[in-house]
Order: sequence, then C-alpha cells, then structure tokens
Amino acid sequence: MPKSVSGLAAPFPPSNVDTDVIMPKRFLRTITREGLGEGTLADLRFDEERHIRPDFILNRAPWNDASILIVGDNFGCGSSREHAVWGLKQMGIGGVIGTGFAGIFFDNARKNGLALPIVPAALRDDLLALASHEDGLTITIDIAEGVLRFDNQVQPFTMDDATTTALLEDRDDTLDSLKLADQIRKYETGLTEKMRVKVIA
Amino acid sequence: MTRTLYDKLVDAHKVCDLPDGEMLVYVDFHIMNEYTSPQAFSGLEQKGLPVWRPEAHLSVVDHVNATRSSQPPDAASKLLIDNLNANCRKHGIALYGLGDPRQGIEHVVVPEQGLVAPGMLIACGDSHTTTYGAFGALGFGIGTSEVEHVLATQTLRYKRLKTMLVSVEGKLPAGATAKDIIMKVVQVVGAGGANGYAVEFTGSAIRDLDMSGRMTICNMAVELGGRAALMAPDEKAYAKIAGRAHSGLLDFSGETWVSDPGAPFDAVFEIDAADIAPLVTWGISPDQSVPVDGVVPSQTAHMPPKAKEGLQRALDYMGLQPGQPVQGISIDSAFIGSCTNSRIEDLRAAAEILKGRKVATTVQAIVVPGSIFTKLQAEKEGLDQVFRDAGFDWRPESGCSMCLAMNDDVALDGERVASSTNRNFEGRQGRGARTHLMSPAMVAAAAIKGHITDIRDFKKGS
Ligand code: SF4
Repeated sequence: MPKSVSGLAAPFPPSNVDTDVIMPKRFLRTITREGLGEGTLADLRFDEERHIRPDFILNRAPWNDASILIVGDNFGCGSSREHAVWGLKQMGIGGVIGTGFAGIFFDNARKNGLALPIVPAALRDDLLALASHEDGLTITIDIAEGVLRFDNQVQPFTMDDATTTALLEDRDDTLDSLKLADQIRKYETGLTEKMRVKVIA
Repeated sequence: MTRTLYDKLVDAHKVCDLPDGEMLVYVDFHIMNEYTSPQAFSGLEQKGLPVWRPEAHLSVVDHVNATRSSQPPDAASKLLIDNLNANCRKHGIALYGLGDPRQGIEHVVVPEQGLVAPGMLIACGDSHTTTYGAFGALGFGIGTSEVEHVLATQTLRYKRLKTMLVSVEGKLPAGATAKDIIMKVVQVVGAGGANGYAVEFTGSAIRDLDMSGRMTICNMAVELGGRAALMAPDEKAYAKIAGRAHSGLLDFSGETWVSDPGAPFDAVFEIDAADIAPLVTWGISPDQSVPVDGVVPSQTAHMPPKAKEGLQRALDYMGLQPGQPVQGISIDSAFIGSCTNSRIEDLRAAAEILKGRKVATTVQAIVVPGSIFTKLQAEKEGLDQVFRDAGFDWRPESGCSMCLAMNDDVALDGERVASSTNRNFEGRQGRGARTHLMSPAMVAAAAIKGHITDIRDFKKGS
C-alpha cells in the first residue's frame, strides 16, 4: 500500500450507516470477492429499476469521482460482512474519514487496505462542510505521518500503531502468523484433553 | 492485581505477543455459515494451506435457506449451500446442514449442543457471536479474512479492548423482559457507545434472568458496538449446558471466571431495573426506542442540527409523525424468530399471549423456531398448535429468515413489521420495509390487535 491516499472527498453525513446499507444482502449471494462495486450503497445510488438516483451525492459531479468519504458517527455498524469493505474498495474508495467506526468493520478495512483515519467531531464537521462545496475538496490521508492534508492545512488523525503498520506493509496476516506455528503448537501442548474441542460430526 | 473476567479470558488465550501492542489469541472453537465463509476457503486454496485443526470448527446452514421447506429457495442460495457442503467435506469439518436434526440458527444451535462452556474463546463470521458471553465465554464476530486466519492457524491477531460494566439492579416491572433490558441499554449507551469495548453485564436483574434471557442480552450487545459481551457464569449457566451432546467433553474450569472484586473498568453504566418498560423502536437504529406507551419523538429546540436531520431521516423512512403515539401504529406483518428471540422460552412467552386469540385479518404472522431442536420441543409442548390456531404461519424449518431476509421471507416496500429481531436498519427485512423491534410477547400482542399495543394491558390467553 502507498504511504498515502489522495483524492476528492465526498460528504456522507448520516450517523450509524450500517453494513446492510453499504452492501445490501442481494449482493451477498456470491462465493467470490469480485463484482461487488455495483452493490456498494446500491439502494442509495439506484432506484428499484436500477436507474441512477440523481439526487444522491455520489451520483453528482464532482463527487462521482470521489475516492474518500467523510462520514457520520459509527459508520460500518451491524453485520460482520466483509463484502461491505470489498465493495467500497471496488467502487474506488481508498479512505473513509470519521469520528469512530464499528469494530468488525474497522478490522475488515485494515485487512483490505482501506484506510480509516479517526478525527475529532469538530474536524469531521469542518471537512463535511468543505467537501460539500462544488469546487470539490481534495484530501491526502498521509498514513506514514498520521496527518490529513487539505487546503493548505495539516491536521493529525488517530490510527493505532498496528493498523498503521498493517496498511503500510501490505502483509498477508495468515502467512505471517503461520511463521509463529511453533508458538501455537506450544500453546496447544498446554491444553488438557477437555480443552480441545472436537465437534461431533 | 485484580482483573476483570474479560482480562482473564484474554490472558488465558494469549499465545504470544505481537508487535504494536497486539497478540495472537487461541480460538477454542470456530463456527461458520454459508455466506461469510466461501472466500475464506478460497483464500486457503490460493495459498495452498490446510485447516490447522478441522475438528475445532462447525459449519451451519442458516442464513439463506428457506424455512417453508428443506429445499433452497433459489439457485444462488443453492450455490452457497453446496459450496459450504463441498468445503466442509474437503477439509473434514462438521456440518449441520439442511435436513440435519441439529441444524438451526448458529447461535441457537451452539448452546443447545453444549458447544459452549465458561472460559472458552469462540469466534464466528457473524456479529452476534457475542451471545456466548451469557456463559462466561469470550465470543466475538470476525470478518471473512479472519475466518481464513482461524482456519489456517486456529488463532487470531487481537488487540485488547477497553472494558465497560453495565449494571442493572432491581426488579423488572411486569411486562418488561430481557429484550427490554438490552433495548434500554442500547438506548442509554447509544448505538456506537461501546465501540472498542468489551461489555460485562452485572446486577440482580441480570442474575434473576434465565439463560435464554441472558443470551438475548449478550446477543444484542453488538448493537451498542460491544465487540464482546460477558456475564459471570453461575449455577444456571452450568445447568443449561449440562447433559448436552458436547458438554461432558468440555471443561475450561482452570480459572475462576468472574471479575475480581474491585477490578477496574474503563466505563461504568448503572441502570435501575424499575425504570425499564416494554420498549419499541420507532426509528432505523436500535437505539431509537421509546416505551410502548410513549410517543414518536419530536424535534426539540436544543437539538443539534445533525440530530434533527437524523430524526427527520428516520421518520421519513418509517412513515411516522413526530408526537404520534406508538400504540396504535398499525402493522402489516409480525415476525417471531432470530438468534435474539427464537428459543423455546421465547416461543412459550408468545404462545401464552396467543392462546385462545386470533391474529388480526390485516396481519401476516410468521414464526420461525431458532433450531430444529427447538421446533421439536415446541411441538412436544403443543406450542405449534397454539401458533397455528391463532393464525401464525408455523415454519417447519429453521433459519434466520426474515431477520435479514436473505431467503424468500422478505417484507415488501413500505410494509411495517413487528419483529422480535435485533436490527431495525433501513432495508434490513426487505427494501423499504419498516421494522419495529420488540419482545416476542409484544410481537404476539401486536399481531392480535393489528397494531402496536401495550403487553401490560393483555391478560394471559384463556
Ligand atoms: S438470526 Fe439474524 S442476527 Fe442472528 S445470525 Fe441470523 S441473520 Fe444474523
């Protein structure tokens, strides 16, 4: 992953946007990770006949080119579906800036290189206002430095060290953890027989 | 040093420290369903990795299956179900699939089979895995990439959460249930109020509940953002799992699974049980609820503009007027089901209201038992007949059904549903569907009246 994500920002202010809204269930009937871009926020972007809803912000210039979202509180709450994160990425979103995110969504984002900088409510509200101007607001999320750059401003954001490292290093957690196989085996030798779950098939 | 129950559970499962304040934790037991696991299995395939310990996993078909019959409702559902079958066969993983007498909603099935015990760490690609906290087990939801990680390593990368104590003391007033306790907690703490926290519930009102009620509370703790929910296990917890298929095979009793007296919590909330009334959601987030004898909220002068906007958005979606009494909102459907409220105790509570009464002709009412095991028990007690006589559609198969409407049980655009489920999100039960969350008994009462109604005005059925 590059050390920063830059792009046009779109305001998306509602609170408690849940993963059912981000990725409606009809797009979950799949066994692959692909083809989810068109499902992202589908009920807001399209009407029932699949016509574009011209009133929705991400369908209007300049925000139809947005690659960063400024969002309301508790974005990504609800279901654990990682499809929500896959879909946002496939739609071209590289970063979502908010005051806080639901836990599972946050972890899913990190696994897929979607940056979620956390900022104080006052800064988020400023960004919402700035991003609402028709000339468009370009933001750089500088992950290595931990700051947002926009309009000649530099503002710090919060991101825990492990997430920052994970985003910068673009590693494969599964393969990485398997390097610790000896430690896992050692832990297992400490388990009694009745601590080793064996599901009856 | 004094430790919370949460900290003890984390400490006991730590395999080793990782850089940046993370650790690897051992997953004792892992559950999968048909829609959040496929890409995890293909991830293993691509990397050429085996499953670390196949016997420590269980797969259940529950999200997409029909509940009218044991046939998948359509081709896409069949694809997901067949795919899970194939993956489990290939890797030697136990599967409770369609037609298996142990099948049902994952979080209902697991305790029924005795696959939970105090002191365990349980993960599942589903947010309501917090349910197992009712037994003093650390259960939490994970995404599909993490499902792959557990399959390959039997561990997860983990960062210790902050801790929150929610204490509910006192006696619950008549008509209020475990569902109303947790809806009250969501209202007080807020929909994202526990993001980043593990929530322990304590107090006499919690201890007085049966295990079914405690599971309802831990289940919905995720609606306040809690990544884990916990309750100190007592005799009721041990008794509930005794004699189940797996219970004699499991013992994690190495520690005292309670928070030490005086153990520090990062946040504390105290709720007086006497203040809890039967609650109903009026909006599109689980924290948007009011007592059933209350009114739909209106804007107030001191409300910040964002809150006004949020309120208006919820009212528009729900088709409600500010100040409108909640009682009297007419409903089109009634749904009793979901991992929150579809256990035998929930069915009994609803049947008690329905006995000798009829569902309003304007209401389509459905009940989906939480598991086949639950269904058989209910039929043994004659509850199915009570539901049928009242005009409920008693479903012969079990699954999530209209909780998330991924099968063929979908509410129509604009339809209003009285629902015993956990999420009143926009579109959750169908595009444009309007969900009112409440306890199973309140759903039964609403089905009879044809509108939302106060359970306290209801005498038990004749
Ligand atoms: S019943 Fe509803 S909440 Fe529970 S696992 Fe199924 S879809 Fe999720």
